[in-house]
Amino acid sequence: MSDHHNETFLSKYIFSLDHKMIAKQFLITGMFMGVVGMLMSILFRLQLSNPGESFAVLEWFLGEKWAPDGVLDPNMYLALVTMHGTILIFWVLTAGLTGTFANFLIPLQIGARDMASGFINMLSYWFFFAATIVLLTSLFVETGPASAGWTIYPPLSALPQAIPGSGLGQDLWLIAMTLFIVSSLLGGLNYIVTILNLRTKGMSMTRLPLVMWALFIVAILGVLSFPVLLSASLLLVFDRTFGTSFYLSDIVIAGEALHHTGGSPILFEHLFWFLGHPEVYIILLPALGIVSEVISVNSRKPIFGYKAMVISLMAIAFLSFIVWGHHMFITGMDPFLGSVFTFTTLLIAIPSAVKVFNYLATLWRGSIRFTPAMLFAIGFVSTFITGGLTGIVLGDSALDINVHDTYFVVGHFHIVMGLSAIYGMFAGVYHWFPKMYGKMMNKKLGYIHFWVTFISAYGVFFPMHFLGLAGLPRRYYSNTAFPMFEGLTNINEIITFFAIVGGIVQVLFIFNFFYSIFYGTKASKNPWGSTTLEWTTPIERIHGNWPGEIPTVRRWAYDYSKPGHDTDFVPQTEPLKEGEEEH
Amino acid sequence: MTNVFIVVISFLLVVTLVQLVRVGQLLGDIRKKDFNVVTETDNKRQSFLMLIVGLAFLASCVWQYFAWNPLLLPSASSEHGVIIDELMRFTMILIISVFFLLHLFLFYFLHKYKKSSDKHKAYYYTHNNKLEYIWTIVPAIILTGVILYGLNVWDRITNADTSEASVIEVYGKQFGWNARYPGEDQKLGSHDYKLVGGANALGIDIDDVNSLDDKVTRELHLVVGKPVLMKLRSQDIIHSAFMPHFRVQMNCVPGMTTQFVFTPTKTTKEMKMLEGDDFEYVLLCNKICGVAHYNMQMKVVVETQEEYDAWLLKQGTLSEKLLTQK
Repeated sequence: MSDHHNETFLSKYIFSLDHKMIAKQFLITGMFMGVVGMLMSILFRLQLSNPGESFAVLEWFLGEKWAPDGVLDPNMYLALVTMHGTILIFWVLTAGLTGTFANFLIPLQIGARDMASGFINMLSYWFFFAATIVLLTSLFVETGPASAGWTIYPPLSALPQAIPGSGLGQDLWLIAMTLFIVSSLLGGLNYIVTILNLRTKGMSMTRLPLVMWALFIVAILGVLSFPVLLSASLLLVFDRTFGTSFYLSDIVIAGEALHHTGGSPILFEHLFWFLGHPEVYIILLPALGIVSEVISVNSRKPIFGYKAMVISLMAIAFLSFIVWGHHMFITGMDPFLGSVFTFTTLLIAIPSAVKVFNYLATLWRGSIRFTPAMLFAIGFVSTFITGGLTGIVLGDSALDINVHDTYFVVGHFHIVMGLSAIYGMFAGVYHWFPKMYGKMMNKKLGYIHFWVTFISAYGVFFPMHFLGLAGLPRRYYSNTAFPMFEGLTNINEIITFFAIVGGIVQVLFIFNFFYSIFYGTKASKNPWGSTTLEWTTPIERIHGNWPGEIPTVRRWAYDYSKPGHDTDFVPQTEPLKEGEEEH
Repeated sequence: MTNVFIVVISFLLVVTLVQLVRVGQLLGDIRKKDFNVVTETDNKRQSFLMLIVGLAFLASCVWQYFAWNPLLLPSASSEHGVIIDELMRFTMILIISVFFLLHLFLFYFLHKYKKSSDKHKAYYYTHNNKLEYIWTIVPAIILTGVILYGLNVWDRITNADTSEASVIEVYGKQFGWNARYPGEDQKLGSHDYKLVGGANALGIDIDDVNSLDDKVTRELHLVVGKPVLMKLRSQDIIHSAFMPHFRVQMNCVPGMTTQFVFTPTKTTKEMKMLEGDDFEYVLLCNKICGVAHYNMQMKVVVETQEEYDAWLLKQGTLSEKLLTQK
């Protein structure tokens, strides 16, 4: 491995082949998109709490066209909701989360010099970057960005006559998504190959840290499900542009009867959710993996039930492929199918429950150290419980009839998928920052960041369940058109208040992140006393990760507080003592 | 001017933050301690906070429940809605108990097992198969119950008897609703989307004899205690007919007809007595459909057979309407 080839600025920071630099590129792009997506949510939250009122900030961001006199335009409201969902789900919690931690951790934790193909890895980032540019460009087109919801159900997304955002904005959305899928597939294949083929000596699959398992399974999920979204989008492009009728049939719009017959919008929903549901777990599993590491390290205890944790990851991943219909109970799908999907969906509660119990058992009789990363991991356990439980309501087809597409759903998925995944991401950043940049992040700012985020996030999303139980549909520009929703304005004001507080406090995180890169205190080689391989590499970033030979692995990843050892952690490289059981 | 202020204040805040962090770092240097190492004091403080904030969160959930309960939907006004409500109550009791139980364990463990001194060592405990079997099998048994109960309710709703039901069509388009009543022959006439236009807003085929006495209305009137087979269609894009008081929701999909069977049990008048004079049943759109999605509604009235007959008599038939047009 050549450690000393000349690096120019371009090859070191921009077109880098080094997995650690690519990870940072994903992270910082993801953070940028996170800020954009969050700002959007604050803009439309203002409208929801104070419908029809004028805000200078709206006009300032959106201009005279989309916020005349500071009042949000209803089409722009739908566009903001759509783009907020698209950005957070795909750009932040898929690419930002997996892209960062898979790239950063896989070679370091399995003991490899780099990814199987550094070049494909670089391509993966640059496709993602191109997708980002296209998506951001769509914010500035005359008819506005895509507005048909992040699920882009046709015919709404297929017909510019139905909503202006389905013009050029939707085209750009589809192009961006295609580029995104290419990026995701290139990355995913690379992760799978690397984990299967490049593990160092002694690193058997059963010695992999759980975050490796999670990222491995996520990559498989992505490779199997993203192509389906790609084909769904492709058929949509055909319908939009070339006059085919895959999804369109018997439509009269803007006074004109369209020629399309024989298509079915329900087909799109099936194809979309065949990706869409695994996608939820593509977002969640890396967070589950990260949290497993962080909780184990900071409880100074082995993760409880390693095997059960791996099996439950696999079970969740497998089930995620046969539950997509629970998004479609009331589409007119055969009720028998509804029964089948109710059955498979509720089964997911079993492996999820096992995970929660195992986390609690890991904390039990631990020696818990409250780092900011640990706090976010705890936050994850809490949101995973809360959001998981409301899933039992939504997965039950009979109950879904009346809460489908209401704020109950919004509350549910923001807690179980949004908050959990973003907490996992924060936990990961705080935990591996010393490895990424050789510096420590400020602990006190981390504490403040956690507490304000934790409180305001529940303040935003918990009350939404009540809105949903009051019957309030999601994606409503305003709830003033119905007398039955009048009493809900108070709740909306509370939600917006917490959204703004929670939004502002993220500035602390961003400040802490960039300040610590440059001026943070120097990190030691293994600041958390962790057993895994990444902490055996030098603090300085080098190509090839280890200056000498790659270390050999001699035990599993969770020997914390093992009796018979002087320290409360035993690195994976340390040979078993005579007569010592592995675990 | 305000903008300048905002910029100046933000800048000063960042500067303050930088200075605070630097003071912390310098203090650490002086005391020869790494400022970012988590100390026992930190553990005590954070675990205490965790307990306080955690319990406060649980308390706030209880508060929200009592404060906002009056805002929630009244109990169901339809036959199947009552069994949905029962299933909901059962599920809610289950998940709320688990929610409190698991969170109490979480906050208690975090407080109890914080690292409080150097002597505090964790207990090396990797797995316990028996325990893990128990907490796999117990949730599995509980969920079997939930699934069987849920499927039973679902089956009763979706396989409801339609032989006695009167057919009514609900038709959605950007951004409004129509209802169509079959008239005396009790049969809805056929339709073709290419016929939509002018007075024939629903594209009904007037060459079909069944169509002639069909009645198209702007309100949905239902007879109390009488089952309804609601047929749903859409003119343009997917809409969703949502009637929260009846626990009824079904998508309207262009190119196909969907349906939902239900029996209203309380008249609008009865509901006004229970819920106040402002009360109205409503059918609203619950699938994103464009700029006025948030205001796509139709008034729903549940009344006695006599009131219903009187109302329906006043509605003109399709043949009358279309012939006067011609």
